[in-house]
Amino acid sequence: MTEDGRSALPIIYCGVCTFPPEYCEFGGTLQKCKTWLNVEHPDVYDKLYSEDALAKATEGLSLEKQEKVEREIQKLQAKEANRAEKELKKKLSSKVVVKRVERSKRKHVIAVSGVEVFGIDPKKLAKTFASKFATGASVTKNLEGKDEIVIQGDVGDEVEEYVSDLLEEKGLDGVKVERTEDKPKKKSQG
Amino acid sequence: MFKKFSAKEDIHSRTNVKSSVQRGLKLKLIEQFPKLENVIDEIIPKKGQLVVIKCTDKLSLYAMDNEVLFYQHFDDPFVPSLKLIHKFADCFPSVTVDRGAIKFILSGANIMCPGLTSKGAALPDENLPAGTVVAILAEGKETALAVGKLIMDTDEIKKVNKGIGIEVGTHLGDGLWSLEVE
Repeated sequence: MTEDGRSALPIIYCGVCTFPPEYCEFGGTLQKCKTWLNVEHPDVYDKLYSEDALAKATEGLSLEKQEKVEREIQKLQAKEANRAEKELKKKLSSKVVVKRVERSKRKHVIAVSGVEVFGIDPKKLAKTFASKFATGASVTKNLEGKDEIVIQGDVGDEVEEYVSDLLEEKGLDGVKVERTEDKPKKKSQG
Repeated sequence: MFKKFSAKEDIHSRTNVKSSVQRGLKLKLIEQFPKLENVIDEIIPKKGQLVVIKCTDKLSLYAMDNEVLFYQHFDDPFVPSLKLIHKFADCFPSVTVDRGAIKFILSGANIMCPGLTSKGAALPDENLPAGTVVAILAEGKETALAVGKLIMDTDEIKKVNKGIGIEVGTHLGDGLWSLEVE
């Protein structure tokens, strides 16, 4: 607050599409935005979506044009809904792989791949693992060119538990965390 | 400008701004937006730590408390971020576009003159020279949906009424809007 009383205006952002509520109609997720706004900020909702407000907004346009705009917006919304569904499917069908790789006879490293699909930053997760297990953990590109977290030490069980907890927190219960083991090829005996 | 912007690929470095440089920046900002003078200490408190984030193509973002306040391309004028404009709406010069233009702006188009001169749109009465950074509002809305730089004087826009009038820098839903600075 400054002396003359000027200060930052309070501003609401939509929890669904992140836009100011006025622009939700252009975001493609109007239905969801409306429900959200009605619950969180009923006063704003009334202002934006009551009958007179709607009438006022479309006042300047001819009927024909109005229909066209509406159709387009609907199309956009359908598209957006489709996209969201696809993304969810992709998320559900992919999995996190926790791989145990043998380095020497008694020592192993754990490689975790596939976390970035679920919106987890591999770099940050690596850092958490490093401090959690007090070992080295780094992000490298694996053979397929995807990011992979390599953790030194045989901590597969803990990693699996931690990752599945993390996924559960994000509301992705159905995601599988797969354990595999990778032994290096034996050196040709000669 | 931020159509394809991802935090992972386009951010090169982030460094804290020296307090002396920070003071200079504040002066420059006031020079560019005189109306900011009263609130500049609220936007950038004296004790606050400003962070400069350097990105590809000579682009620097100035952020404080995990929120981008301004960006600057090379030595061009500063451009305030939308979140800042929403908070201090009356401190920046603004223009209004008609309803039909919203859709295009939100998908990243520059603003054509007719969108600024038609019924429903509004330009300020006094002339704004080309190169001024303006907030872009829309017909019937209270909040800004984009920020841009005038390519022509506003008088010229009224006269010519053709072609690109404002080059849009950042708009709702683009890479800068959804950027999360940590």
